[in-house]
Amino acid sequence: MTVRLAVLFGGLTVAMGQMALGQGGAITVPKTVEAGSAFSIQLSGSGKGTLFIVGPGQALKQDVELGGTASIAAGSLYNAGHYLAIVSGASATESEGFEVVPAAQPADVTFLAKPSRLPVSLHAGITGAVYVLDAYKNLIVTPAPVSFELTTPSGAVQKRTETTKDGSAWTAMDSTGQQGNDKFVARVGDISSARVIRQVPGDPCGLKMTAKQAGPKVDVATEPVKDCSGNAVPDGTIVTFTETFHGGLSTVDVPIKRGIAEVEMPVHTGATISVASGVVMGNQIGLGK
Amino acid sequence: MITMKTLVIALIFLTIPTFLFSQSSLRVEPVKLTGPRELQDQTKTGAIRDYLEAWKSFSAALNQNRTDLLDADFVGTSKDKLKETIKQQAALGLHTHYQDVSHDLQIVFYSPEGLSIEMTDKVEYDMQVFDHEKNLATQHVSTRYVVVLTPSEVKWRVRVFQAMPE
Repeated sequence: MTVRLAVLFGGLTVAMGQMALGQGGAITVPKTVEAGSAFSIQLSGSGKGTLFIVGPGQALKQDVELGGTASIAAGSLYNAGHYLAIVSGASATESEGFEVVPAAQPADVTFLAKPSRLPVSLHAGITGAVYVLDAYKNLIVTPAPVSFELTTPSGAVQKRTETTKDGSAWTAMDSTGQQGNDKFVARVGDISSARVIRQVPGDPCGLKMTAKQAGPKVDVATEPVKDCSGNAVPDGTIVTFTETFHGGLSTVDVPIKRGIAEVEMPVHTGATISVASGVVMGNQIGLGK
Repeated sequence: MITMKTLVIALIFLTIPTFLFSQSSLRVEPVKLTGPRELQDQTKTGAIRDYLEAWKSFSAALNQNRTDLLDADFVGTSKDKLKETIKQQAALGLHTHYQDVSHDLQIVFYSPEGLSIEMTDKVEYDMQVFDHEKNLATQHVSTRYVVVLTPSEVKWRVRVFQAMPE
């Protein structure tokens, strides 16, 4: 009971404190202040006092003459957010809330681009998102046009312009048919940020092999392995040759080397050899009786 | 029978600011995404939970002037700015108590690659500024926060934490 009453009286003290703060003269603070700009606060009363400006983004203190004007120098208050200006004099303490808003001029772009590597010819496969910031890393929430540009190795350019909402904007671009490094740029005014996107060949397309029998062995080899856009599938990609014959099955995984995959397999009468890479099937060859 | 003592206690109850005891209320608006990525319920719930937890650590950190309390819930710019504020408060002999009263949240953007969630929060909170132990000012604030969260090891952390005029 004692503890409970102590808590209750503590609450009453706080409530009375709030009431006291509401009395007395006034201070005049701009409703909004642009981040980093100079501004002034009109102070009532007389004598010396202390001005506090406190918010989640900053805490400042300076001595002031009551009845005059307190000047806040440019660059002093720069983090956007809600602040409380408090003037404490000998007889009274006054306070007033105000907002610091981001500077209008973009100074930085946070650019999230994905993926860093993807197959060619993928619709909407490349995405980019931006957050637009001022010089003090405040998020600029007023709408701003953002230009996105994706430049391929051949020089072809895809362009999109989006407008930020609550400080963010996004776009999606297609990967083109040509492998190589793309340059993906987001630009707001004079500020830009670039990312490199690597386009790699897609899955093999039209996988085809030939076979040459030599005695008890058969040499099978693919034609140059390419994707559907004609890009060479990189060396090291695995190609699987499968030989099926009466009562048996033989499988060989072979990495592509210098553009083709080849292997020597035993000849089984009436066997069939097939070729595949990943989920892509190639042709089949039947061996003679 | 109501005694005078009971009546006094009842009157005291009525004068106590509600934020001293109450939990903040929460309203979540329907998701209104501008991005192409679908937001799963589990992701949405996790982001909101982590954001509300961030308010607790923000409040405790600025009340106790302890920068370490921010580490679990803030990252990047927001963490740097809050840490700087705490250092300034400590140097000036100030501390602030932020008590959130209500949140009205809306997730507005989930970036296509899944690396950020942006939400707005029409928040009401009480702010008390103390010079050492003297209460300098108290204000009930109603404002709109723009918040960007990014995923970390096991949770979403607040990267942008910024109040804007409504």
